[in-house]
Amino acid sequence: MNIRSQTQTKDTADTAFARTIDLDTSSVRELNQFLHDLPRALPPGSNATALRVLNPRGVHAVAAGVDADVTIEIAGDVGYYCGGMNQHATILIDGSAGIGLGENMMSGLIHVRGNASDSLGATAHGGTIIVDGNASGRCGISMKGVDIIVKGSIGPMSAFMAQAGTLAVFGDVGEAFGDSLYEAQLYVRGSVASLGADCIEKPMEEAHRAALYAKLAQQGLAGEVDVGTFRRYGSARTLYHFHVDNAGAY
Amino acid sequence: MNEQVKIPRTTPRFSATFDPHTLSEIRRAAATGIYDIRGGGSKRHLPHFDDLLFLGASMSRYPLEGYREKCGTSVTLGTRFAKKPIELKIPITIAGMSFGSLSAQAKEALGRGASLVGTSTTTGDGGMTQEERGHSNILVYQYLPSRYGMNPDDLRKADAIEVVVGQGAKPGGGGMLLGQKISPRVAQMRTLPEGIDQRSSCRHPDWTGPDDLEIKIEELREITDWEKPIYVKVGASRPYYDIALAVKAGADVIVLDGMQGGTAATQEVFIEHVGIPTLAAIRPAVQALQDLGMHRKVQLIVSGGIRNGADVAKALALGADAVSIGTAALVALGDNDPHWESDYEMLGTVAGAYDDWHEGRDPAGITTQDPDLAKRLDPIGAGRRLANFLSVLTLETQTIARAAGKSHVHNLEPEDLVALTVEAAAMAGVPLAGTNWIPGAGGR
Repeated sequence: MNIRSQTQTKDTADTAFARTIDLDTSSVRELNQFLHDLPRALPPGSNATALRVLNPRGVHAVAAGVDADVTIEIAGDVGYYCGGMNQHATILIDGSAGIGLGENMMSGLIHVRGNASDSLGATAHGGTIIVDGNASGRCGISMKGVDIIVKGSIGPMSAFMAQAGTLAVFGDVGEAFGDSLYEAQLYVRGSVASLGADCIEKPMEEAHRAALYAKLAQQGLAGEVDVGTFRRYGSARTLYHFHVDNAGAY
Repeated sequence: MNEQVKIPRTTPRFSATFDPHTLSEIRRAAATGIYDIRGGGSKRHLPHFDDLLFLGASMSRYPLEGYREKCGTSVTLGTRFAKKPIELKIPITIAGMSFGSLSAQAKEALGRGASLVGTSTTTGDGGMTQEERGHSNILVYQYLPSRYGMNPDDLRKADAIEVVVGQGAKPGGGGMLLGQKISPRVAQMRTLPEGIDQRSSCRHPDWTGPDDLEIKIEELREITDWEKPIYVKVGASRPYYDIALAVKAGADVIVLDGMQGGTAATQEVFIEHVGIPTLAAIRPAVQALQDLGMHRKVQLIVSGGIRNGADVAKALALGADAVSIGTAALVALGDNDPHWESDYEMLGTVAGAYDDWHEGRDPAGITTQDPDLAKRLDPIGAGRRLANFLSVLTLETQTIARAAGKSHVHNLEPEDLVALTVEAAAMAGVPLAGTNWIPGAGGR
């Protein structure tokens, strides 16, 4: 395992665990084991641990299952399920991400500085995922409380069966948006190719603008876009109880 | 003579096609505009383990003494990749059944009963409850398409992870929990509004096929540091190919659920008309494992209509490493017990036929979220009954194994079996009794 210490262990708690892991010479298994061992290894109260991951080259499950208040910078593209089930960690990806980025994330932050593939934030319960570029289809599928912000556009079947949380898209949205939606809040600034079953446009009132502004401001994005330019979508709730007259919607 | 001849009337005769049940279903559908939904598994007659017989030892085989010579029952699951395989004392596990579908008392009772005899229980669609983790010494955590209540803390608390691809009662279908059972606790666990008709997804949101599943399994192993066995559960429909692909995807254990397997609530037409019988599923599954050189290396758990030790022994003889029970376990807890006959009559049914589990009015307090009904089930007493039942299944299995001359239940083999019908002989790949004819042999 090639984990380089950038500082000596005698340094303060805030810097004692600053590390670089090179995936050309270390395995994903070694990286993840190191991250999983962090809560036991960290001094009490430490919350400024930093880790830099080099040469990810699209490998899968990078930083999956982390449960520590640690910042992980990944220098390059990652494969499937990067940051899967993340708890507390801040994961910064200096590249693009494959399928299932942040799947079932519980808390923390994932920021992709490139594009993201399918099923971004699938079933994620909490935390925030930011994509500087575009995301592909099924973005926010079955999301359960996560906040997703995509600065570019997203593909079809996004927010399918989304249950809770917020999806804000600065660009355009593909077909069947919000199909079979539950109580997730959807905001779109660009065009929507089509709405899925039981998804409708709803009035964008002051309370919604304020809520969206707060979400963006929390991530330092308040000045990037005018929240007044977003449209809001949500569930019509007509499919919450089956009735034969709605059968055509299924 | 003007005597009027009385002509005898023909006895009213119901159509075999339009029988009384079918007629009533047509009327019910016309009145409501919705298909019939119910719990449980297939109710119609299907080729099953009863269509097989064991050949006890006589001259050509040598039996073991019942109660005197040992017949092992232990099984180890997850020996392929997991650092911590599961050791069970008996080859019978409790199938995945959700909190939401079942009451907390029922989940606790399952845990108590299974733990008393050294076997495992399984969570279900809805997440892990304290009741089942607290009372199940060995707990398998289901990773389902809906991912309701899915979280990494529970994943790490589990002893194994079961990736559910399908279910025998409804291969290709998702879960269903109607509004009556979405209590505040269930709604909170599933991040859903209270009281809605919840239909969970039939496919996983973040993978689309076996190649993706391989990567998904790798992620689950990474998250849990490669410690826990990964099961893959499939509903029986194309067992040869599904099992081969599950092996390829990296499963440690495969759970194969036949169409007699139960469900909390699904369309009647789905339960009765989709999938294949358990009996028909085992041999192709075992064949796939053997063709890949993985039989006994990737363990096979068979479920769907297991009722007694003979069923267990037959499944093992056909090549399973263990079986799993769901419906029988609920009956052992007290489901459909005649003690509640008057309550069943008030629901328009009788003890033994009650299957409207989705309505949440189960008199036995098992398939309900009504707190008053749920209190009717004593988890300690029900757990004891389940432990007794599991012990009986084990003793019965050992009895048959000894009669076949086996010192471990896993030594049972297809050669110990014959079939009573041509259909069962073809499906199970064993000879028709009194012949050496295996219909379809060589054509697999």
